[in-house]
Amino acid sequence: MSVTTQPSTALGHGPAGPDRRLRSGQARMEQRWGLGMALPAITGFVLFIVGPMIASFVIGLTDWTIGESPTFVGIDNFTTMLGDDPLFWQSVGSTLYYAILAVPLTLVVGFGVALLLNQTVRARGFFRTLFYLPVLVPSVASAILWTWIYNPDLGLLNSLLESANLPTSQWIYGTATVIPSLAIMSAWGFGNMAVIFLAGLQGVPHHLYEAVECDGGGAWHKLRYVTLPMMTPTILYNLVMGMIAALQIFNEAYLMTEGGPGNRSLFWVYYIYRTAFGESRLGYACALSWGLFVVVATITVLIFRSARKWVFYLGSDS
Amino acid sequence: MVTAGTRLPIDVRTAGKRPGVARISHGVIVALLVIGGLVCLAPFFWLLRSSFMDEAQIFATPPMWIPDPFTIENYVDGLRSQPFFGYFLNTMTLELIVVPGILFTCSLAAFAFGRLRWRGRDVVFGVLMSGLMLPYAATLVPTFIGWERLGLIDTYVPLTLPAWFAGAGGGMASVFLLRQFFRTIPRDLDEAAYLDGASPMRVYLQIIVPLSKPALLVVGVFTFFAVWNDFLNPLVYISDGAKFTLALGLAAFKGTFSSEWGYLMAASTVVTLPVTVLFFVAQRQLLAGIALTGLKD
Repeated sequence: MSVTTQPSTALGHGPAGPDRRLRSGQARMEQRWGLGMALPAITGFVLFIVGPMIASFVIGLTDWTIGESPTFVGIDNFTTMLGDDPLFWQSVGSTLYYAILAVPLTLVVGFGVALLLNQTVRARGFFRTLFYLPVLVPSVASAILWTWIYNPDLGLLNSLLESANLPTSQWIYGTATVIPSLAIMSAWGFGNMAVIFLAGLQGVPHHLYEAVECDGGGAWHKLRYVTLPMMTPTILYNLVMGMIAALQIFNEAYLMTEGGPGNRSLFWVYYIYRTAFGESRLGYACALSWGLFVVVATITVLIFRSARKWVFYLGSDS
Repeated sequence: MVTAGTRLPIDVRTAGKRPGVARISHGVIVALLVIGGLVCLAPFFWLLRSSFMDEAQIFATPPMWIPDPFTIENYVDGLRSQPFFGYFLNTMTLELIVVPGILFTCSLAAFAFGRLRWRGRDVVFGVLMSGLMLPYAATLVPTFIGWERLGLIDTYVPLTLPAWFAGAGGGMASVFLLRQFFRTIPRDLDEAAYLDGASPMRVYLQIIVPLSKPALLVVGVFTFFAVWNDFLNPLVYISDGAKFTLALGLAAFKGTFSSEWGYLMAASTVVTLPVTVLFFVAQRQLLAGIALTGLKD
């Protein structure tokens, strides 16, 4: 605002007095309305997140079958879970294995495609839409489609491999291949990450690339010393969101593999679901839910911790 | 002053390189994109072509890519064998309750967090945003028990009421997106309205909402997709076949006709088609909206 402009106190209300009253009235109004308008969101958070998390812990201390009354068993469920339930460790292992395969794979494919899209100007919008299409397929439809693609006898992949005289696979029906197969399937939905990466790439200041060129650097130097550092906040975002989603994989286990073969795809959430709604063991299911919460929270915190070392924020450079 | 966005008169990306090299690498990029695009589309195409084939064509080796002859039998017979239209109406009922709920309560919260000053605002916003990091599945069982106690299992209440509380944590992504958008609207507009004695509700309704249609469209369409695709929640809360959503109905259909691949492909196509059409109608805004979710504050 320049000096010649009328000060805001002179908006027809005279000098400072009434204006201050107006301002404090305004502040009071914003205080009241601010809290009020955020109230549905706050209530939702308390009712559907804080409440259930507390309830979950309390129910986790009981032995409770649907339709009967709960009996208090202390921390039995938690000790059973950690010390005496091979299925629990199986599900933890499978879930982590899946996440560790699926998330980096999707990140790398998404980032690679975004880099390519960022290079070409022609038909960028067309390709961006094309790569996003798989994300749109509802997960039940995509489960049906991929169940068939992976079918060892009649599926698309094995028929293509056979006609090329290449070795075929049992895909989701093999104990060693089921999780990698599901990771590949999830990478088909890389479009969401690619769109976010592309937006990030377009925000990288152009003059940084020019600086590399002035110093005689080539494409590799631009990628290594400009693009990657500038993209680390976006990578962090996609990594965290991807991890949280991957650790909660459920539909594929329910619709495609039923946790099999040999419990190899007994993912954590599927195990919770089966315990609660298949075996009606609510107390134990709640203990499992808390376990999931603790692990997801720990992984998220670890990622953010490590982010201090590798994420670069413009304006806070060292 | 030369700023980041200023373009130099020569194209710096190709400067210093021989034009031929640039043209070749551009060709390589386009080739890679085309191959990637084909890989992306192949499963889609496979779904579509199979839905128009009879059994013999579907399982022909080597695989056939184009149906010959086209048949719509899978659509006619497959879709008649289960009440898909009923599933569609059920899904749309949920949409009609959930989408407005999310739009209204999330934009209200976004307005409160992005454009009003109140004590505790940033703390509350931070706490609520932390809900995004929480695995939704961790609250599934206790929430189910709560609804069961209230006798609301096998009703649409557990599937719709949370939407009117800003999506019960999950909606914070929408709140964040809307808040980012609201912040781009000049504050002078609000200030002028307040000087005229307007209340925050009026500023929200008459200034912010009309100017935020693109962002609201993005949130609305993505909420629509989420309801359309949701499988876990209907699975947990709905057991009456007459109340099934499309996702649930399609899963049940898969159980019944596990080897009728033509039927399955036709049904999957029908369930996929509406969201794809909706996406194409609003794709510009939607893709911009997805990009916005990844921006740091």
